[in-house]
Order: sequence, then C-alpha cells, then structure tokens
Amino acid sequence: MAIGVRQITKRFGDFVALDDVSLAIPSGSLTVLLGPSGSGKSTLLRIIAGLEAPDVGEVTIFETDATSLPPQKRGVGFVFQHYAAFKRMTVRDNVGFGLKIRKRPKKEIRERVDELLALVQLQGLAERYPSQLSGGQRQRMALARALAVEPQVLLLDEPFGALDARVRKELRTWLRRLHDEVHVTTVLVTHDQEEAMEVADRVAVINNGRIEQYGKPRDLYEHPASEFVMTFVGPVTRFRERHIRPHDLEVQLAPNGTSEEATVERVVHLGFEVRVELALAGGESVLAQVTREEAERLELLPGQRVFVRTRRKAVFVPDPAPAGPPS
Amino acid sequence: MSAPVPEQAQVAPTGNRATPTRRRSAHARRARLVRALLVALALAYVLVLVLLPLAGITYYALKSGLGTIGETFSQPDVLHAFYLTAVIMVVAVVVTGTFGIIVALVLARDRFPGKLLVSALVDLPLAVSPVIVGLMAVLLFGRGGWFEPFFAAQGIQIIFALPSMILVTIFISIPFVIREVAPVLEELGMEEEQAAWTLGASKLQTFFRVTLPNIRWGLLYGMALSSARAIGEVGAVLVVSGLLQGRTETATLYVFRAFEQYQDDQGYIVALTLAAFSILLLIGIETFKRKSLKAAN
Repeated sequence: MAIGVRQITKRFGDFVALDDVSLAIPSGSLTVLLGPSGSGKSTLLRIIAGLEAPDVGEVTIFETDATSLPPQKRGVGFVFQHYAAFKRMTVRDNVGFGLKIRKRPKKEIRERVDELLALVQLQGLAERYPSQLSGGQRQRMALARALAVEPQVLLLDEPFGALDARVRKELRTWLRRLHDEVHVTTVLVTHDQEEAMEVADRVAVINNGRIEQYGKPRDLYEHPASEFVMTFVGPVTRFRERHIRPHDLEVQLAPNGTSEEATVERVVHLGFEVRVELALAGGESVLAQVTREEAERLELLPGQRVFVRTRRKAVFVPDPAPAGPPS
Repeated sequence: MSAPVPEQAQVAPTGNRATPTRRRSAHARRARLVRALLVALALAYVLVLVLLPLAGITYYALKSGLGTIGETFSQPDVLHAFYLTAVIMVVAVVVTGTFGIIVALVLARDRFPGKLLVSALVDLPLAVSPVIVGLMAVLLFGRGGWFEPFFAAQGIQIIFALPSMILVTIFISIPFVIREVAPVLEELGMEEEQAAWTLGASKLQTFFRVTLPNIRWGLLYGMALSSARAIGEVGAVLVVSGLLQGRTETATLYVFRAFEQYQDDQGYIVALTLAAFSILLLIGIETFKRKSLKAAN
C-alpha cells in the first residue's frame, strides 16, 4: 500500500469537508478521486500532500506515518490546476528547482532536466518563461518539475481543469501512457467522470465528504453502490421507478410481453449513438440510447409509437426521498 | 428589426459619398479640438503648479553663483543636515520595508480576529496630521511622558534627538510598503509557494526564491514612496527635533530655517538639491510601478 488514509475528518468552520474517510491506495496504481465540486476530493489530496492538516485521522505514505510531516518531507509531487509555475524562472529553472534545493551538482541537474523535458516533450523550450508557453505546455512543465525530485507519490489536483476540451483529452491519454512508463503511484482529482473512467486503475467516488464507492471504473459503472454513484459515473434514466442506463433500454416496434408503450418525442443524432427521448403512456419521459444502425432500422421519428423494455435487471431503486419527475 | 446597422455603413455603398465624409470629418475635427484643449489644460496645470516653482528654485539657486554654491556645501551645518536626512531616510526605509513585508504577508495570507482593525490602523499615518504625530511622540517620550523615566534612566535621550526623528519618520512611512505589497501578494495567491514546499524548499527558501522575486517591483515602489516621504517630512520632525542647529536639523528643516534667517541663497541651493533627488526617486517610482503592473499580469 502506497498511501493509507485512516478515518480522516476535516472541517472548515461549520462545513464538514471530509467525514471519517479511509482509503488504501495500492503502490504503482493510478487512482482517481472523483466527485462534484465541494465534495472534499481536493481537500483529501491536499491532506495527503501535507498542504492541509486533518482535524482527526492519519495519513501514511509507504507505511511511514506522515500525519505530522510538513509537505517538504513527505516525498510527494504535487501538480496544481492552475500550474503554479514559477513565473520568474525559465522552464529549465522551474523543472530543476527541487534538485537545486537539494544541492545536487549543476551537471547532474542539467542532465536530469533535459531528460525530463524530453519525457514531457518540451525539448527546445528550456530557456522560455512560463508566460511564453501554452496551458498544456505549462502543465507538462509542472509535471516534469514534480517528477524531478523522484517523489514516492504523485498528486494531481484537477490537472486538466484549466485547459480546453481538446487539449484536455489529448493530455489525459498522454498522462495514462506516461504513467505506464514511469509507474509512480499517482492520485488524480477530477470532477469529470469520463476523465476518471479513461485514466484510472481505481476510482474513489466522493460525495459530501464521504467515499461512496471505491473500485475499478467498470465495477462502478456496472455495479454502483449507491444512487449517487449510479447517476454520477454515467448517464441515467428512470424507468418503472428504477434508475437504469439509457443504453439498457430496448426500443421495439411491436409489443412484447414485458414492454411498455411509448411515444417518440425527439431523436438526437450524436454520431455513433442516437438519443431517443420518449414519453410513456403515463406521461413520464424516458431516455433511450441506441446505435445509429438500430435507429435506422427502426426508422424512428417524432410522434411514432414504440414499445420499450429493459435489457437487464441490474439497476438501482432510488431512495423515495428525492423528488422524481411529476407523474 | 435585426441589429441596427450604422447609418453611414448603409449610405456609403450606394448613395453620394460626399455627405457622410464631410459630416464625419466635421465630427472628427471637433473631437480633435476638444482633445487638444484638454491636453493644453493639463499641460498648463502641471506647468504652473509644478514646473514653474521648480524653475523658480533652479533659477534662484543657480543665480547666486558657483561661489555661493560651493560655500553652502562646505558649511558644516548643511553637510550635517544632509547626513541626518540620509540616515533618517535609510533607517526608515529599511524598517518600514522589512516590517511592511511582514505585515503585508499577514494581511494577505492570514485570517484572524481584528484583521480589519489592523488593516485600518495601517492607514492611520496618512490620516493624522504630521504635527500631531510629533506631539504624540513628545507626549510619550518627552518630559513627564510615559516612557521618559525608563529611557532617562538608561541615559538615552529620545526627544530632541535622532531617535525620535527616526521614530516619527518611520511612523509616517508605515503605509507605503504595506499598501503596495499586500495587493500583489493577494493577487499572486499561495500556489507557487505551496509548489515550492512540495519540492522540498523550506519556508525561508521559498520566501527568498519564489515570493520575493514576485513582489520585488511592488516592494521597490513602496520603498521609493517611503523615501520620498521621509525626505520631505517637516511637521512631525520639526516638533520632535527641537530645532537644534547643526545637531537635529535635517536638510528640509535647514531650508525652513534658512529662509527665516534671510539666507535665501543657501535655502534655494539646499532645496534644489533635495528636489533633484526627489525627481530621481520619482523616475524610479514610475519605473518600478510600471514593472510591478507588468509583473502582475
């Protein structure tokens, strides 16, 4: 186990950011803390880094109690959402900062920085200043800077949050490949479930300061432990008082023993998939997701009468408390 | 109706081009005239209020001739006055600079009860008349003052001596560095510093390698303002100095006395020297301010 978090509670005034959270992160893994904003995921990451102190609980890093260690002594690399580049230093000095603090010989620093710049594909930009780099380049520089001191664990706080959608997708694919190369235990915080699903070995879903579920991305999607996880890690629709994934709804033209009658309200083409908005006989609306081929075969048009049924049972019966759509 | 199309854009492609062109040029001419008038007004204002007096001092200082100028600068009183001004300025700038950074860091970074009060108190020296500042110092350190017995027992004279003059000058210069550095710190945030911590830098290393380079122009700007204020201060220093000629007389106080004693030439010469130094400072201030603003972006 690389990182152990035991029964951590953290309050900011009256607000409970983390409520008795425990988590064990295996060595060499890429773990994602996934949750909406204000869920406490960044606070947990900052507590692991030592940038925030828990009110109760303890943190271990490779079996060493780190709870009272300052961030300087934890052997962590931290990457911030807004890069936190040292504005007054060149890219080379940024990346070499930690080594310079450790008083390594100049020649060694130079070689190591060149190596890292090659790793993050910033060769040739060593003498630039951060303001002369794009957002994606700055974040790769920040990553190289964090890796320079050979941290035991790498912590990334919404690292792609400030980048535009295209760069974000590129970078997360790249990050996953980088992790497979360097194998340093990594924890990444994000609110983007797609990002979590794509890069993570394991995902911890956090909501209201608690871990709702911790497991492999696929397990979270297929077997959510709570209604929150179900709705947060993928699309959800409500059918017969149950939450199901829209692609688990089957749309047919002829009735079948278990199907229910519905009217097509809208057909939205999203490339490979087609989203079909349906109104059930009772007036409730339901979302179905079908492939383009299926939509063409059924010749779906608004106003058309169809029959729907669920493909599988594994769904979630929501708590009675939250208000559903009016029926 | 869709978005309104500018009238001229509609007319220009089809109709007679002469009318809109002439109308536009008439409008442009009026705008140019207004702008020229404003520029002239601004120039005249600065000329009359700033440049004219400066020119006057320069004229009278130089008119007295090289002989008088040389004589003035060989007077022990004058030399001592400049020395005193320099000492007071340097001490005040170093003290307000050092403590200014500390207070600015606390105001920008920490939350504590009474923070608003501290923030308001920082500006107090700007609001209180310097003469009153001097009186407060006399009340504390002068004969019968709260602290007078203590320092008298040590054999240290505060009032009517250099310590009180430095003290009031520091008091008056407190706000400048704080007011310049605190907003820069707030704007910067803490992430760069936290990044430095995670890379192994101690708090002191972080301050000197990361924070200080980020605030340096704001700091220099604040220090330049402090210096200018320290050089020019008359009221507070006058009250606590006791006006002991050749002992507690700063350059500014010397000018004050020179005119009272009808030594106008010497007064002008010292005044011009002070003004020249202040102008150099001003140039520095403008440069630092511009760099500080640029650095913030």
